[in-house]
Amino acid sequence: MELKNAMLELIRRASTDLSPDVEAAIKQAYDREDEGTAAKNVFGTIIENIGLAREASTPICQDTGSVIMYIDLPVGAAEKPYKEAAEAAAMEATKLQYLRPNAVDPITGKNSGNNVGVNAPYIHFHQWEKDEVRVRLMLKGGGSENVGAQYKLPDTPLHAGRDLKGVKKVVIDAVVKAQGQGCAPGTIGVGIGGDRVTSYALSKEQFFRKLGEPSSNPDLAALEKELYEDLNKLGIGPMGFGGKTTCLGVNIGAQHRHPATFYVAISYTCWAYRRKQMIIKGSEVTYD
Amino acid sequence: MIKLTTPISEETARSLKVGDEVLLSGIIVTARDAAHKLMIEEKPDFPREYMKNGAIYHCGPVVKKHEDGSYSFVAAGPTTSTREEPYQAAVCEEYSVRAVIGKGGMGPLTMEGLKKVGAVYLHAVGGAGSLIAKRVKKVKTVFKLEEFGTPEAFWVCEVEDFPCVVTMDSHGGSLHKEIAEKSGKVAKELMGL
Repeated sequence: MELKNAMLELIRRASTDLSPDVEAAIKQAYDREDEGTAAKNVFGTIIENIGLAREASTPICQDTGSVIMYIDLPVGAAEKPYKEAAEAAAMEATKLQYLRPNAVDPITGKNSGNNVGVNAPYIHFHQWEKDEVRVRLMLKGGGSENVGAQYKLPDTPLHAGRDLKGVKKVVIDAVVKAQGQGCAPGTIGVGIGGDRVTSYALSKEQFFRKLGEPSSNPDLAALEKELYEDLNKLGIGPMGFGGKTTCLGVNIGAQHRHPATFYVAISYTCWAYRRKQMIIKGSEVTYD
Repeated sequence: MIKLTTPISEETARSLKVGDEVLLSGIIVTARDAAHKLMIEEKPDFPREYMKNGAIYHCGPVVKKHEDGSYSFVAAGPTTSTREEPYQAAVCEEYSVRAVIGKGGMGPLTMEGLKKVGAVYLHAVGGAGSLIAKRVKKVKTVFKLEEFGTPEAFWVCEVEDFPCVVTMDSHGGSLHKEIAEKSGKVAKELMGL
């Protein structure tokens, strides 16, 4: 089944081959650290690991994450074949050790053993006007997922009000609370507005953007830059060992909110920031 | 760089200080949430011979099973250690563990345990799954694989030059506490608090 193989290849690439924008940001971080520091050595190990994983086609990190897919379909296309292909690809990828079995039944505690279960893989389907299919895949590790946070403004202890200044404060708070736990340096996705559910969703979707590509909204672009600079003043460094790079990038999205609510969701992804996409047009598949 | 080989004596463990960079060789045993819970609730004997004066590794590896029934690690970086905070000190004492390997550091309970037992916390590079797997030379045996699943099983392995940094020592030193305090101060300034 061709679609399954294309999805398997997408998973293999995401798990074993870090994207060029992320790798470049890590190399810059290595260059910034002083010789002889633990931070420099950590970045050296990380860079060596990225090369080894790519060369041997083995997972960059043993926590190959939760499989999260965003699939954009042309008008009239059925979702079912894509869901089935995604499940079959996840099973196959587990057999081939591109994925660790990471789907656990919370009631029985039993690991399904093949990454397939209720809402696993998790797939968001969207319709779009193009005559091609886009599959975007994120493999998000559990350690970095655990340090995500959602705030409700105003936040009294932080003196964070219902404006972008307030947003800035809660993002700093979340990153300082995360310390090295989410495998710093992290990339920070922020979702402003929406409800409890959609604020987290928006924060995570920010990870499909490329590092260094600013928001199209000038206010958000300015906040991204400011936060990137401030977060790197925290001195948490790689793994929380101390150092000059605490975050690789900040991507912010905003959506309208209910007048009574003001949520800010912060998603954190580890340095092993794994996401890839593929476009299927007719019989042709291209990966990025 | 300090070369450290299991079995590790109490004296050697106590000589290590926060900031020391270590290359560990010898026997390590992976153990995470289900394993720690079991070691506290049932105190099984099977890990004793491997853990005495040895190292526990907080890790849920990606493992390949070969045709002859043997196993090898494909990716094996550390997992977040704080989940074992309620158990770690007691496990170190019960099994005479000299080194706990993981990521993210641990809290005051573990700190007290390290002081009492004479042990260290070694921080591995989180996410360096492929690199660390290469330093795992042999998977000797596995316990509780069927019951706990691959990530949670006790994998006993032989490692060579596994790179780590001492971030908590037996003298009460913790790099994590130090960095948390410093970064907390900077954060307050940035937030104008």
